[in-house]
Amino acid sequence: MKRLRNNRNITGLLFVSPWIIGFLIFTAFPLLYSLFLSFQQVKITTDGIKTKFVKFGNYEYAFTVDGTFLDRVMTYLEEMVISVPIIIVFSLIIALLLNQKVKFRGVFRTIFFLPVIIASGPVIKELIDQGITTIPSIEQYAIYQTLNENPEGFFNGILLYLIKNLIVILWYSGVQILIFLAALQKMDKQIFDAAKIDGASNWEFFWKITLPSLVPMIVVNLIYTIVTYSVFSLNPIIEHIQKNMFKVDTGYGYASALSWIYFLIIAAALAIAVGAMTLKRKKNYT
Amino acid sequence: MQTKTQHVNKYYFKTKRMFLGMQGTDGLLFKLLIYGLLIGIGFVYLYPLLYMGVYSFKSLDDLLNPLVNWIPTQFYTGNYEQANKVMDFFSTLMETLYVTVLPALAQTAVAAVVGYGLARFDFKGKKIIFVLVLATFIIPPQVTLIPRYIFFNELNILGSLSAFLLPATFGQGLNSAIFILIFYQFFRAVPKALEEAAQLDGAGHFRIFFTIALPMALPAIIISFLFSFVWYWNETYLAAIYFGDALTTLPLQLQKFVATYQKMFPAEMGVSGGNQLNEGIKMAGTVLSILPLLIVYFITQRWFVEGVDRSGITGE
Repeated sequence: MKRLRNNRNITGLLFVSPWIIGFLIFTAFPLLYSLFLSFQQVKITTDGIKTKFVKFGNYEYAFTVDGTFLDRVMTYLEEMVISVPIIIVFSLIIALLLNQKVKFRGVFRTIFFLPVIIASGPVIKELIDQGITTIPSIEQYAIYQTLNENPEGFFNGILLYLIKNLIVILWYSGVQILIFLAALQKMDKQIFDAAKIDGASNWEFFWKITLPSLVPMIVVNLIYTIVTYSVFSLNPIIEHIQKNMFKVDTGYGYASALSWIYFLIIAAALAIAVGAMTLKRKKNYT
Repeated sequence: MQTKTQHVNKYYFKTKRMFLGMQGTDGLLFKLLIYGLLIGIGFVYLYPLLYMGVYSFKSLDDLLNPLVNWIPTQFYTGNYEQANKVMDFFSTLMETLYVTVLPALAQTAVAAVVGYGLARFDFKGKKIIFVLVLATFIIPPQVTLIPRYIFFNELNILGSLSAFLLPATFGQGLNSAIFILIFYQFFRAVPKALEEAAQLDGAGHFRIFFTIALPMALPAIIISFLFSFVWYWNETYLAAIYFGDALTTLPLQLQKFVATYQKMFPAEMGVSGGNQLNEGIKMAGTVLSILPLLIVYFITQRWFVEGVDRSGITGE
């Protein structure tokens, strides 16, 4: 019996082995190697790569000399803080709408998911360049003009960013809508009936039952949104990393340091977002 | 008086229901609101596509004419002819398919195998592997890019399909974690009894996987393949770095569109119209670069939508 179980263990490992090998070669090793490179000055010579240990030189450079990087990180964080909640709330609203008994639900689902298919950097860039991603003919409205004249100030900046990028932000929500929708459709109808008998209003029902039960999905969507938002090729930080990779004076070492800083920022953002969600959840239940 | 409050109450509840998204007696107001919102938001979603489509058929006269807005005065296909030349559409399409379909197939096959292993077997360290699989999703490709680049350079596979294919074959392709998760969820749902029955008939684990589990997982296979296909298609960042000039894809061609155009049709002094790059031509190029994906999507959209249902990210 024991041999049989051992056998099963080995077979299971065998199935997973391609992934383990791949992880070691294509993920774990590169991860460590790029961490190593980030502390080096990398020179490419005809004999191959020459490295020189520079301690935290690359990191210091990123935070002190390279103004562009810090600048772009700040913009990225600002935009993320604005966009991610909007994407989540917006996709939840659409999912709630689609969860109604509407005709042509399939058609609407098809439309809302469409951007996921064409979300490639160059296409979106082309659309942004043409100014198609703003709200149609917004320029004609007074509010836009006033905002455009005073782009200073925190809220004005946010509003302006929203107006200019609304369609792109909405375009990020395709997968999230479907995740929420699937969760809503899996919800037990009996809870609804029971709550109704107990005299819960729909309003209460939403806040006390629907929303709390969606919390895991909100976490999933948060992670998904932050990750896809961060690795999207139009992201200016990524452009910056790529530019430095092929620069002679900075090169691989510095680019590695940048990508590690960026990785840590994303990880921190994820940790904060997920942490905040789960904390709130605990409070709700106790 | 009472009827009035009742009335007010009724509308009050209806409006409330709109926010709550619960089924109930659907009043007219409520329906109007929902359809209004859905159609309005749907329009905003489609607006860039409509704009692209319309502008790609506009001749220069139409573009310059402020009276022509949404409907071009003539069905003008010149933009597409130009864009086709600039992008070398058909041969680029073939190349794009080559660098997207093969990695997508490899990715799907490996995800199926690994997902099966994780779903049906218990072995030491399984939990750790599972966590690592999920972790690979949040590692930005930029972090592993440089070492991989150096590594591929040494293997001499930069500029060839292997730069995409090799990681995909070992479960480290684009978003591989999601596909492994899809298969994991799928195979977990296969009843154990089926496996046991096959075992009594003398089938080994691999035979069970190939003859029983895999055929049942057809939906998951289709979903994984379609999503990998689309994601590889849209991947321009890695493609540009790994492939260099050796291989190109439609999105990459779109990225270089302006530069290529100017090289092919150098602006001539005094000649107006004919050779100048305009919005219409650019839009035609954009349409061409997404057209194949749109066609695939409209044929298979049912699977895409189901895919998210099945991915397991929505359950448990």
